[in-house]
Amino acid sequence: MNTVRRIRRRLLSLLLVAPLVAAAACSGNSGSGGDDEHVTLTYAIWDQAQAAAMKQIIQEFHGKHPNIDVQVQVTPWESYWTKLQTSVTAGTGPDLFWMTMVYAKYYAAGGGIAPLDDQIKKSKLDMSAYVPAVTKAYTFGGKVYGVPKDVNGFGLCYNKLLFDAAKLKHPDDSWTWNDVVAAAQKLTDPQKGVYGFVAPEADELSWYLTVPQVGGQVISPDSTSSGYDQDATIKGIQFWTDMITKYHVSPTLQQTTDTDPLAMLTSGKVAMRYCGSWEPEEIAAVPYGKANIGIAPLPAGPDGNRNYYSNGLANSMSAKTKHPDQAWEFLQFLGSDRAAEIQAKTGTVIPAYQGHADAYAKAMPEFDLQVFVDHLKYAQPFPASTDTAAWRDAATKQFADAWTGKAPVADVSRRVAETMNQALAKEKK
Amino acid sequence: MSGQGTATVPADPLTDKPAGQRARTAGRPRPPTRDSGWWAAVLLLPAAVGLLVFEIWPTFQTIYYSFTSWGAFGGHAWSGLENYRTLIADSDVFHAIVNTAIISAISLLAVPLSAVVAALLSLPGMRGVTIYRTLYFLPVVTLPAAVALTWKYLFNGDYGLINWLLSKVGIDGPHWLSDPATAIFAISIVGVWGSIGYNMVIFLSGIRGIPTDYYEAAELDGAGRVAQFFHITVPLLTPSIFFVTVITVINSLQAFDLVYLMVGQTSPAITRTETLVYLFYQRGFAEHDGGYAAAIGVLLLLATLILTAAQFRLQRRWVHYG
Repeated sequence: MNTVRRIRRRLLSLLLVAPLVAAAACSGNSGSGGDDEHVTLTYAIWDQAQAAAMKQIIQEFHGKHPNIDVQVQVTPWESYWTKLQTSVTAGTGPDLFWMTMVYAKYYAAGGGIAPLDDQIKKSKLDMSAYVPAVTKAYTFGGKVYGVPKDVNGFGLCYNKLLFDAAKLKHPDDSWTWNDVVAAAQKLTDPQKGVYGFVAPEADELSWYLTVPQVGGQVISPDSTSSGYDQDATIKGIQFWTDMITKYHVSPTLQQTTDTDPLAMLTSGKVAMRYCGSWEPEEIAAVPYGKANIGIAPLPAGPDGNRNYYSNGLANSMSAKTKHPDQAWEFLQFLGSDRAAEIQAKTGTVIPAYQGHADAYAKAMPEFDLQVFVDHLKYAQPFPASTDTAAWRDAATKQFADAWTGKAPVADVSRRVAETMNQALAKEKK
Repeated sequence: MSGQGTATVPADPLTDKPAGQRARTAGRPRPPTRDSGWWAAVLLLPAAVGLLVFEIWPTFQTIYYSFTSWGAFGGHAWSGLENYRTLIADSDVFHAIVNTAIISAISLLAVPLSAVVAALLSLPGMRGVTIYRTLYFLPVVTLPAAVALTWKYLFNGDYGLINWLLSKVGIDGPHWLSDPATAIFAISIVGVWGSIGYNMVIFLSGIRGIPTDYYEAAELDGAGRVAQFFHITVPLLTPSIFFVTVITVINSLQAFDLVYLMVGQTSPAITRTETLVYLFYQRGFAEHDGGYAAAIGVLLLLATLILTAAQFRLQRRWVHYG
């Protein structure tokens, strides 16, 4: 009996030990090695449309550095940031990842991404090759936290077929807000369910483009107070709500929530939509869109002002990566002339590495992509603070009342300013 | 509304008697010895460890974290009652409580519905039972994301199948999911639809445990099918009904996936649909306020405890065991 019990006890202790052994085995191979060690880096991105270009970049990089494998992880935007934050916190995150201006300061200040100055100095990476506005947006306290990847320009996408049917002149660079409204009114045909314009409630693709055109601001230049209570800002937002509640030339917020506004454009349900430089590829994927959509310069503000808030991405390195040297090698290649060329030729993005805008502009002969490139010179830094997410989502949620006409834009906007200022005050603590 | 509980199912009302009674009637061959208890412990160990590590320990951690404020990438500092003070003043929390209550109330509709479905499927001479059973059970084993996406297309205000059908009879349907007035009902309906299959299985086995003598006797007395359902099936099914009700309430208090996938943060209907768990996710993961999210979690835990305790209290009045 005693021996049996002893054996049992031993069996039990073996059971208990098994997971520990497994854990030890897992952590065993993470030790550091020399330069010639074979490592696999993970690289997180959110845009499936760009995955092909990224894979081509990786392939060429691997040709030059056979000891470094890179795995791409594509996570859709909706869950990219929650996944990234939890995995970086847990130390299991990707070695390199796409960063946006929205979250850059948060990751830099919180120690999620690594400053790159030492490496930049050591490898003599020429930072002046990139669009200065993008580099600046990823520089905090004099330190660079990302190698610029791309930059966004905007334009007016319009349906040539519908314009011709209404015998209207196609939009050109002389257009201002009034021209948009006038054309939208003529193009709207309730009987056919066609709207002249679409006014989604999507900051980056709506009021971030018009607020700067009338001298308004979303956040003060020092990122300490909200600009939503300024009259100019409210005017820039009202451009959008008027399209729905005053002129009735746009689908309602409920309609644009149910159906993607870009799909409305490429199916002939709306005649005009403000588009970003990353979208032509998606438009061309729909035969109707490829055949009938034209791209014109983004209409200027009432006084001819063309400023807009531009986001641009960078590639950043996790502060917790186990292979900083290899990660830097790949990061450098991602920021290289060649990587920019590969991306430009797909027509998916305008590379932040200057000198490849032409390749982007010519990537899709069916569209006038030069429009987006020309727009870049009016780019203003994207509204961001340390914890942008804390007020940006709340703003979108609150502005719904203005879009549905439940409350006047001015009231809603002042309410948004209040909440945003509270969030900004909390940030300082 | 998915993620069904894994608690034991009182499948057969006849054997589901209080422990003492069962021991007497069933007459176990021999009482459990010390030795067999030891083995039971070993066999339970993996499950117990999992429960401890993934359920119980995090519960206490959450309670602790609700008194802290969080740094961006790990690290937290004690902040006392700060989170709870914010909680009381947060109008979103109030909305979320109301929304969660509405969803829970509607989701209870699934209980009688699935009881009726189960009863119908148990009728003698019913054909194709297996097919129906599979069809009703399909939503339970389908990915919530796939379910949500399919329903999202059905509910689309301009191009959805539901509004197209309504237009055939001259009704101009609303934008179900983006209209603040209808969105919560739309997602609750999907929740009810999705839980019928699971409940049905429990009720089916419950009904199978009811001796046919009762029905034969009732038939001799001239009771019709409907009368039989209300006077025999329902009373003898009350233990299963009780179990299903408890599970339904707990699951609906945790409603998240349908709100997240079918409504989402940018919808104008979000204030009227966001639930406590959705708010927990939004505050904790999207807005990086882990401590505050933990406080919301504790609130949800308390609500669940109180509601479940109340149900156990009330069951004495209406649940018949044998």
